[in-house]
Amino acid sequence: MEVRRERLRGQPAHVDADALRVRSLNAHQLLRGADLEGANRPAHLHGTELDESELERYVHERVLTTTLESTVAWARSNSFFPLAFGLACCAMEQFHTAGSRMDIARFGFEAFRASPRQADLIILAGRVSIKMAPIIRRLYDQMLEPKWAISMGACCSSMGVFNNYALVPADKFLPIDVHVPGCPPRPESLMHGILKLRKMVQDDPDLGWRDRYQARGTEEVIGEGDTPDVVDARGAAAAAVNAGVDARPAQDTPGA
Amino acid sequence: MPDATGLELIAQELREAEGEGAVIETTFFRARGSVEIDPARVRSVLARLRERGYSFLASVHGVDYYPHEPRLGVHYELLDMARVDRITVKLRVRSERPEVDSVTEEGPDGPGWPTADHQEREVYDMFGVVFRGHRDLRRILMPEDYEGHPQRRDFPVGGEPVAFTFNERETLGPM
Repeated sequence: MEVRRERLRGQPAHVDADALRVRSLNAHQLLRGADLEGANRPAHLHGTELDESELERYVHERVLTTTLESTVAWARSNSFFPLAFGLACCAMEQFHTAGSRMDIARFGFEAFRASPRQADLIILAGRVSIKMAPIIRRLYDQMLEPKWAISMGACCSSMGVFNNYALVPADKFLPIDVHVPGCPPRPESLMHGILKLRKMVQDDPDLGWRDRYQARGTEEVIGEGDTPDVVDARGAAAAAVNAGVDARPAQDTPGA
Repeated sequence: MPDATGLELIAQELREAEGEGAVIETTFFRARGSVEIDPARVRSVLARLRERGYSFLASVHGVDYYPHEPRLGVHYELLDMARVDRITVKLRVRSERPEVDSVTEEGPDGPGWPTADHQEREVYDMFGVVFRGHRDLRRILMPEDYEGHPQRRDFPVGGEPVAFTFNERETLGPM
């Protein structure tokens, strides 16, 4: 796609609202494939006639079509908010991932959050003891959907050298999306794991842990009883429209 | 460190003060001296060693001598910080009734050692030695509802088979 930046010739310094309105209507018609006749045609189309295939190509080259789902997945996957949370030696490597040498801010994951309410990615960096597991599960439950979990290192993936009475593997109490092997994994490995997760979220947003663990229908839904003091503005507007009253704010008219 | 002769002098002094059965054995190995004492006299023996200058209780830890009886042991590492001198006091109790006097609190038979508080809790947690007179003897590392004392040598090591991709269904069951 060609991207051009140039000053518009003959453009007056001040454009009044009517001219802007005409231009935006033209753009709408152009995208709809309507005939471009008359004086309202854009300046760079003067003197050319676009038939159907050329018009189609014109629109194709200038418009990116996508679905809302994939756009949302793209936005989510490029800005995970990891939970600032470490369990053992792997946490040192996790800190290093956010440090200046590795600099995970290059990919947009640098906003480590101290509260699970603001995080959507939990990185289990270290060994999980049976006393710690319910606390981690509670942290995970406090995170808002959509949320992901990475199991970092041998200990919380497979219990590693501590395969004994004290530890519990992360798969037993959390739906893990990506396991990062290593003891401990180097920061590059963790970054590779996070990028794998990004790829997963971008390519297949439906294949989350709810599908893999057959947990559809267990989402937490906030009902009206949970928020009695919140005024439902959209609901009130819809009710007003149904009753025949225009709930929108009255527009200022020049004569008023 | 007390040398071998110094260790015998300390043991002799303890025997004279506490009775002939107070010191069961002395060991001098790799420049470290240790005395094994009668478990009933642990508080007074530690108090006498404190008077000799061993005023800091550096560590309390448990030992399991399985399958020998008396099976469970408690070691007290004492440090004389003025002379930089250490001595180990050991005792052993039978596994059917593993009870020792706590040395944490001050009492009529000697001053207290506050550092022993959490370490006695750890020995109780890991080996099941009950310290009489400890004011807050509960588990410190394992969960409160945990059953058993995991550092005993007849306790199963535990662990579980690891679920890799190739044996995921056998390990975790059908998904």
